[in-house]
Amino acid sequence: MILALHDFWSAHGCLILQPYDMRMGAGTFHTATTLRALGPEPWNAAFVQPCRRPTDGRYGENPNRLQHYYQYQVILKPSPSDIQELYLKSLEVIGIDPLKHDIRFVEDDWESPTLGAWGLGWEVWCDGMEVTQFTYFQQMGGFDCKPVAGELTYGLERLAMYIQGVDNVYDLDFNGRGVSYGEVFLENERQMSKWNFEVADTDALFDLFNKAEAECKNALAGDVPIAAYEQAVEASHIFNLLQARGVISVQERASYMARVRDLARGSCEKHMELKKDEWAEKFPEWSA
Amino acid sequence: MSNFLLELRSEEIPARMQKGARAELEKLFRREMDAAGVALGELTVWSTPRRLALIARDLPTQTDAVSEEAKGPPEGAPDQAVDGFCRKNGVSRDQLEVRDVKGRPTYFAVINTPGRAVAEVLAEAIPAIIRDFSWPKSQRWGAASISTESLRWVRPLSGIVALMDGDVVACETHGITSGNVTKGHRFHHNGEITIGSADDYAAKLRDAHVIVDHEERQNIIRTGAAKAAQDAGLDLVEDEGLVIENAGLTEWPVPLLGRFEDDFLEVPPETIQLTARVNQKYFVCEKDGKLANAFICTSNIEAEDPAVVVEGNRKVLAARLSDAKFFWDVDRKKTLAEHAKGLERITFHEKLGTVADKVERVGWLAKWLTQLNFDHGLGDAAEKAAGLCKADLVTEMVGEFPELQGLMGGYYARAEGLGDAVADAIRDHYKPIGKSDEIPTAPLTVAVSLADKLDTLAGFFSIDAAPTGSKDPFALRRAALSSILLIQHNNLRVGLASVLERHMRQFGSESPQKLLDFFADRLKVQQRDAGVRHDLIDAVFALGGEDDLVRLLARVHALQSFMATEDGTNLLAGYKRASNILKKEEWDNSDSTADNNNSLSYAPETSEKALIDALDAAGPKAASAIESEDFEGAMAALASLRSPIDEFFDHVTVNDSDADKRAARLDLLARFRSAVHQVADFSRIEG
Repeated sequence: MILALHDFWSAHGCLILQPYDMRMGAGTFHTATTLRALGPEPWNAAFVQPCRRPTDGRYGENPNRLQHYYQYQVILKPSPSDIQELYLKSLEVIGIDPLKHDIRFVEDDWESPTLGAWGLGWEVWCDGMEVTQFTYFQQMGGFDCKPVAGELTYGLERLAMYIQGVDNVYDLDFNGRGVSYGEVFLENERQMSKWNFEVADTDALFDLFNKAEAECKNALAGDVPIAAYEQAVEASHIFNLLQARGVISVQERASYMARVRDLARGSCEKHMELKKDEWAEKFPEWSA
Repeated sequence: MSNFLLELRSEEIPARMQKGARAELEKLFRREMDAAGVALGELTVWSTPRRLALIARDLPTQTDAVSEEAKGPPEGAPDQAVDGFCRKNGVSRDQLEVRDVKGRPTYFAVINTPGRAVAEVLAEAIPAIIRDFSWPKSQRWGAASISTESLRWVRPLSGIVALMDGDVVACETHGITSGNVTKGHRFHHNGEITIGSADDYAAKLRDAHVIVDHEERQNIIRTGAAKAAQDAGLDLVEDEGLVIENAGLTEWPVPLLGRFEDDFLEVPPETIQLTARVNQKYFVCEKDGKLANAFICTSNIEAEDPAVVVEGNRKVLAARLSDAKFFWDVDRKKTLAEHAKGLERITFHEKLGTVADKVERVGWLAKWLTQLNFDHGLGDAAEKAAGLCKADLVTEMVGEFPELQGLMGGYYARAEGLGDAVADAIRDHYKPIGKSDEIPTAPLTVAVSLADKLDTLAGFFSIDAAPTGSKDPFALRRAALSSILLIQHNNLRVGLASVLERHMRQFGSESPQKLLDFFADRLKVQQRDAGVRHDLIDAVFALGGEDDLVRLLARVHALQSFMATEDGTNLLAGYKRASNILKKEEWDNSDSTADNNNSLSYAPETSEKALIDALDAAGPKAASAIESEDFEGAMAALASLRSPIDEFFDHVTVNDSDADKRAARLDLLARFRSAVHQVADFSRIEG
């Protein structure tokens, strides 16, 4: 399935990239999405990104909720006028026939308070199941996206469940030779759910959060916004772990989110600052 | 006469915005046509997820020619003034006419605006409509969005069809050119459709699997869902909001019924209905009044095999229900009392402490209210129920579905065996929400509900956060109205002044007066809405000092009945006459209740004596009736004054030349007035 998507999007002008080697909540955090959504340069890329959502852990007991899963992400900047048609063709490529399955674009505006980003779009339903998040980025890191990028995020496990016709993610056939998804990941889900919810040392996590925040600021001062951004991603994930451990109160939650947002924004701002002269020169119609 | 068709095609428009978009399209179209002087006939506006369409029938092909005259400067005015006038009106000097205005020759410009082709007007109107179209949220897209000045639309705008009869109304906006070509159903139709005119638009789309009339789609869903349920031997749980939403998500709706596993029915039915409706937009069904294991989804395709679509939807619902069951199971692993500990981490309001603090206060108050009004022995149960009433706020289920607050607490309480009275109190303590909601009557529920609301009111009034104008961020008006309904409906005897004073002391507040005034205002509004005469409410309120709402309303209602009788209106007439005389004579004898029979220095006239005797009898009778809260009795006692006061005015001269007689008779009228005032301030009563 991943290979079919790679072939399809590569044929449509996308660079095929590899996953970012950090723990993150969504493919959107990959620098190929966030930082590349800024500025005027055209950018078309596709990649797989493993995602971690500690609060979605279900100890392996829910048929389609996981604290660790895979997204397939496509970013197209500027958004092409036939982006919906391209997307639908990509579904056919992986075996979803829109005359057999009910495909729908249902309003779902996207906002990432921790990235200072938002966009409008849909969740794409296949027979009632959300299989893709489809977003036209309007802002990233607090900056207007000029031009707007279209982002497609496929939920790979869900699509695979559809195509293979299985009810439970752990029953997915992993290799066509008898190895199931459960054999690969079930134990991982059980242990990681337990760690996320019950075991993780919260004092150490608070400490890590503060250290990531400090290091982000240090990197910004050193004019290396990509490194600073990595620390923002780290802080964001640590925050999610603290949430799963239930040690952040409702009032504190907003303030932690604001801290992460400040890091992400600061990184985007520095990135813009370093690039803007080059961009303005290459794209006279663009302005920061 | 011509027919005009406009279709604005876009990527999927959110269902919830389509109604507003239809209204916006019609409003802007009317605005443009009005401005150009185009008379409009019948207008039809339709929407689907992928298009907004407007059809205007019987449009003129030309606008009327308009001739206007403008009066200019008098002949012989400076050239500068005349030239300026010409410029302003777009005429040359030799086109000016000279006419006589009151003997002065004056320049006139005649401006003839010829009729315009309506097609031309429309070609200008369409870009203006698109430019000015207001969406709740809009976006930029594509290469043009390198500038923030690029077009904004709800989702990318992809095409414009504009036809005046069979001719394209040519226009262009932001790189989109109008034409006569559109697209059909996303999957059931390939390629483009050429529209002939407004007349074949709906039919051509129908051939391409698009039902453009939203009402027709709604109807298909409404009747189709009901039939699907019926065919399965079930009853559809009707939901008009879902009908409209599904019609906004489909161009070719096909309702399909599916089943889910029976096991999920052990989860509270409200959670199943909510997750089906909110997350999946499915209808649910009942069998014999109980939720059945069935759902109805609305597909947007005529699927090759509908069972495949149903099966897919069933799996998704199963996963959702599995989540609900997970929450239900996890939440029940802890008691509500254990959950309630989590409330210590939730701020109620920064100046009013945590929710845990709040439920503790509510507990005391609920206990006290219970002991005051119900069984003394229920006090502890009330305190317990109050202590647990907000515990479900920290459960997983309410975290996922906030609208289930209260309800889930009730389920969890019952599941852990806390007893029905406590469980009901937890479940229903938010009630009544609004004036048409059911009003609780079970003692524990009433006590917890009232205590919760009084605590909220007392708290916010203590920190000066009373509502101002239209701003009522803490919904205090609703809390006060709900309190009034609870007190009234259950005949609760609560001295609000003392209860609130005592409760507000916990917040360091000295006087509950502002809150009592607020209650009085809310009560007036509520009674007025309930059809009680506004002046009668004022007449009772003007007495002041009453903080027992039940007693106060009993008085208002007795007065309302009394004023509907002949005795009432006549007594009011006598009262007004007495009151006018006292006012005119500026007679203000505060001691006028005194028995003046013995102090008279003269022999009273018959009618005078009769009034004195009647007052001697009626005054104490009314007083004692009021004492025992028999307001009808008090009114009846006053009614006995009606003929003596009429007789008195007929036969006795108040303004006697003898100063003693005059004083005594004015005193007598003042005494009459005071007697009446025991019941209500009649001066506030109209009529």
